[in-house]
Amino acid sequence: MTAREPRTAGLIEGLLRELAPQVLGAVIRRSGDFAASEDAVQQALIAAAERWPGDGVPDDPRAWLIRVASRRSIDQVRAETARRRREELVVSLVPAEDQLAMAAGEDEGTGGDDALVLLLMCCHPALSPASAIALTLRAVGGLTTAEIARAFLVPEATMAQRISRAKQSIKGSGVPFELPAAEQWGERLAAVLHVLYLMFNEGYTSSGPELTRVDLSGEALRLVRMLRRLVPDDGEVMGLLALMLLTDARRAARTGPAGELVPLDEQDRGRWDRAAIAEGVALVTAALSRGSVGAYQLQAAIAAVHDEAPSADATDWPQILALYGLLLQMSDNPMVALNHAIATAMVRGPAAGLERLDALAHDARLAEHHRLDAVRGHLLERAGDRAAAQQHYRRAADRTTSAPERNYLLMKAARLDEPG
Amino acid sequence: MKYMLMMNTPGGGPYQIARWPQQDIQAHIAFMKDFARALGESGELVAAEGLAGPDQAKRVRAGGDGKPITDGVFPEAKEFLAGYWIVDVDRPERAYEIAARASAAPGPGGKPLNLAIEVREVMSAPPRDLLE
Repeated sequence: MTAREPRTAGLIEGLLRELAPQVLGAVIRRSGDFAASEDAVQQALIAAAERWPGDGVPDDPRAWLIRVASRRSIDQVRAETARRRREELVVSLVPAEDQLAMAAGEDEGTGGDDALVLLLMCCHPALSPASAIALTLRAVGGLTTAEIARAFLVPEATMAQRISRAKQSIKGSGVPFELPAAEQWGERLAAVLHVLYLMFNEGYTSSGPELTRVDLSGEALRLVRMLRRLVPDDGEVMGLLALMLLTDARRAARTGPAGELVPLDEQDRGRWDRAAIAEGVALVTAALSRGSVGAYQLQAAIAAVHDEAPSADATDWPQILALYGLLLQMSDNPMVALNHAIATAMVRGPAAGLERLDALAHDARLAEHHRLDAVRGHLLERAGDRAAAQQHYRRAADRTTSAPERNYLLMKAARLDEPG
Repeated sequence: MKYMLMMNTPGGGPYQIARWPQQDIQAHIAFMKDFARALGESGELVAAEGLAGPDQAKRVRAGGDGKPITDGVFPEAKEFLAGYWIVDVDRPERAYEIAARASAAPGPGGKPLNLAIEVREVMSAPPRDLLE
């Protein structure tokens, strides 16, 4: 890699975050110890962030980081290097840490593979989603523990413990630092997609002062873009990237001036990000034309239909209904069933949608869920039954655990008191 | 998901712990310290505070001029909030497990107090777009 001497801290931060997984991969390959290497790389990244803005970016920043990280974990590394030296009959008087730095040049081109192996490791199904998200943000995303803690609004010490335990779980499960065998590939890649999907949603569902927090949705987008470069031919990777782009495109329009929630049909479509929509539509179109349709591609296709509609009234609901129908065959997710009921109402009228809801009320996962009441409220309002709609909006407001959603539902209920 | 676990203690004067034998008080405090440390180590602790006794408590309302009007304590109140924990867990059942452990904190003679712990979910923020 040639250094382009970026001067500003922002460019340096971008470079460091891009290099983080490659450097970590290289250090793990040498030391064999994921947890110790991860700590060492984190320290090297912090050292670089402190020194490069003043000293300038080294000619080979990747080698610099590998050298510094290796020095930090030299005790663990030295034993391993000694073993390698014996095995490979490399007789040398060069200190172990310099050997490591020189070796950094050996595997140009495996940086990408290392990042992929790391991502698969951090999103291993043995970890809880919360742990996997935190570990991925640190080991692959190159964020500090303090930044991740702020993103989740927990104390730094708590996040440090969570990450440390996640690393121990990986160590304990004995996952080797290599790409999974072909028969496990599908399951492991699905786990990565799931973690990145949850990370993206977390960016939408966590509350708190926005300015001081890492943008988790943007972070998830960056990581899924990286994944797409590493695995360019997977339809679901393309589908997830498209889904994130098409959802994120509406970000500016989905909250009002006071931070209140603006539902899709009331959003100012002029504020949607047209470039993100164009990229997302092109991606999902390309993915769907490949033949093997997956759940992320279908969700992306639904988001694309919404994003391409010039107005809420001009939305192609029959197409959305058909897509939810396909999605319903593929997954037993009650939220998909709810959305299918909404689409049914939009195509065949509120009575048909309410009929679907009656059937869903027997699903134990939905029976007490506030969203069932919220959707029933909407459909009853469309059907003209204002009193019943109000009652269901209020029931939903009582049970949601999202403050903006509660406020939105209470406003919907209150508006029904006004002469319509 | 975050939950607040609130430990209520019977009203009617100061914390009853004040009247326990020294060794029981020590055992109770040691339990609470261990409990908080374990929550920190499991990566689930967001915050924990113990509150000063109810005899220090005031009830405050704004008067007509917006200035505070304070009232004294309410010895007739059936129970008082003694302290709380906020935990960040993967599922509600885990919050209940933690609450049950707090409830079993040792009381006089080392016997579990089995105080009721109120578990409330902390509100989060916007879900995905509605009506998509």
